Amino acid sequence: MKKNKVLIQDLITYGIVFLMWGLVLLMETTGSMTSLLRGLLVPLCIYAILAISLNLTVGILGELSLGHAGFMCVGAFSGAFFTRCMEGAIPGVGLRFFLALILGAVVAGIFGILIGIPVLRLKGDYLAIVTLAFGEIIKNLINVMYVGRDASGFHFSIKDTTSLGLDETGVVIIKGAQGITGTPRAATFTIGMVLLLITLFIVLNLMHSRTGRAIMAIRDNRIAAESIGIHITKYKLMAFSISAALAGVAGVVYAHSLSTLAATSNNFGYNKSIMILVFVVLGGLGNIRGSMIAAIVLTALPELLRGLNDYRMLIYAIVLIVMMLFNSSPKAIEMRGVLMEKFRHKKSAEKEAA
Amino acid sequence: MAMLEVKNLGILFGGLKAVDNFNVTIEKGQLYGLIGPNGAGKTTVFNLLTGVYKPDNGSIHLDGVNITGKKTIEINQEGIARTFQNIRLFKELSVLDNVKAGLHNHHPYSTLEGIFRLPRYFKVEKEMNEKAMELLKVFDLDKECEYKASNLPYGKQRKLEIARALATDPKLLLLDEPAAGMNPNETAELMKTIRFVRDNFDMTILLIEHDMKLVSGICERLTVLNFGQVLTQGETSEVLNDKRVITAYLGE
Repeated sequence: MKKNKVLIQDLITYGIVFLMWGLVLLMETTGSMTSLLRGLLVPLCIYAILAISLNLTVGILGELSLGHAGFMCVGAFSGAFFTRCMEGAIPGVGLRFFLALILGAVVAGIFGILIGIPVLRLKGDYLAIVTLAFGEIIKNLINVMYVGRDASGFHFSIKDTTSLGLDETGVVIIKGAQGITGTPRAATFTIGMVLLLITLFIVLNLMHSRTGRAIMAIRDNRIAAESIGIHITKYKLMAFSISAALAGVAGVVYAHSLSTLAATSNNFGYNKSIMILVFVVLGGLGNIRGSMIAAIVLTALPELLRGLNDYRMLIYAIVLIVMMLFNSSPKAIEMRGVLMEKFRHKKSAEKEAA
Repeated sequence: MAMLEVKNLGILFGGLKAVDNFNVTIEKGQLYGLIGPNGAGKTTVFNLLTGVYKPDNGSIHLDGVNITGKKTIEINQEGIARTFQNIRLFKELSVLDNVKAGLHNHHPYSTLEGIFRLPRYFKVEKEMNEKAMELLKVFDLDKECEYKASNLPYGKQRKLEIARALATDPKLLLLDEPAAGMNPNETAELMKTIRFVRDNFDMTILLIEHDMKLVSGICERLTVLNFGQVLTQGETSEVLNDKRVITAYLGE
């Protein structure tokens, strides 16, 4: 009985993704797709994946992380670095992109474990501040990193390109603040959608398994979880690193949707982390479907309002406040309950009449 | 062999001897009470037994195994489960999931098996559901299995906490003030439940309680703590009539 309920809820979530996919295909075929909207498709997938993965840390594990963009940054750069390096070895763009996705996830996951070990010892606000710092450190480190390659192998520096000491065959791959240029723009809406579905699959199934139960038990009461034999550190780290790995995947897609990838504050700064957090909080902590929808709506909205120019951020802010009130204020929840009840009565009355 | 054998147990908080030279022996199947005025160190003893605190002195043997200084998780796996003075349920989880969390170590499958829904996932989850429902039925909670734990009435929350502790399949169950905040009817029902658990699960139980009706009603032996030290121990009726115990509770 209970299992079926969970299954139905999950299927609705997958259904929403397929519905969106179908809608986009429909618009493509009828020719009503504007170039503005088309440019939004890949970012929509990226932010939905980011929101879902952050919800794993914030909603399900219950630890406030403000460094999610940092993991995205790690994934983006390791993925893009791989694609640039393997240009000669693996000519197929699709295969390279696929391998880059896996590599990006693994590297971001490893960073998740490394950062998680010290950070997860902290609680609440302290943990939030430290993750914020880690996100910034990652971004700034990549900003001063120079990596080149010549016949004798890789060269690394944190000064400038000349100090790399490359010979005449050398190519600079990561150029400090200028980042990585020339990544193939291989990310398509289809790939984004498939990855979004895979992310949903992983997070939803994890949530409703023994592991997810242990993670949520730790969130609800750490001391009690320990007293019934649940290994706190193991499950905290697991949730944190899976969340980081999925953010890494989103980063790789991001890197392959741009021709130039640079670690600017706009791309990977704390603003980005906060933005993802807004999606999560707005969609509801622990509510995977909600955070996905919030990510899609709030990513599309400012772009679609571009015509209104000056007023667009104002409208965005108002929508944000209204959505938050509608979702979380006790009065609104009460009102929603009453409306649902009325709706149900009407339905059952209709059924009786028929 | 005794189920629990504690010798010379002691811990210092700064310069304060919170528990000092604490000895107790509990036989298998006994219902044992630990009483004493507020601040006597009863919960500290529980925290020492479950590895929340590491003792400075003494030893703890459970069913012949030395568990002194082990971690909470290890001690739970050795066979001690507990409930808390202030209820600690997994509030956002369903009643069923609370018990299933207690079954965590006894019905394992890997995280990957869980994510990819391999056959073991379905098999083990089914076993867990059956086992958990069985336990909930014992505590008359089976109808509420889909409720959020925080939505249960107070008395049932206490019961759920005991059910969750039993799910870890312990040899010794520690109950920290199980009747706190209960009305006389609820307490009477709780007494029945505790006795039932002891008889049907073949359990050894150590409980802390202030409600003397409950203590004299179900405990077979008592230890009285005062200022971190054992004041007296023995048969319930003898201990409760001891002058020193009455003085410790009521003053001169």
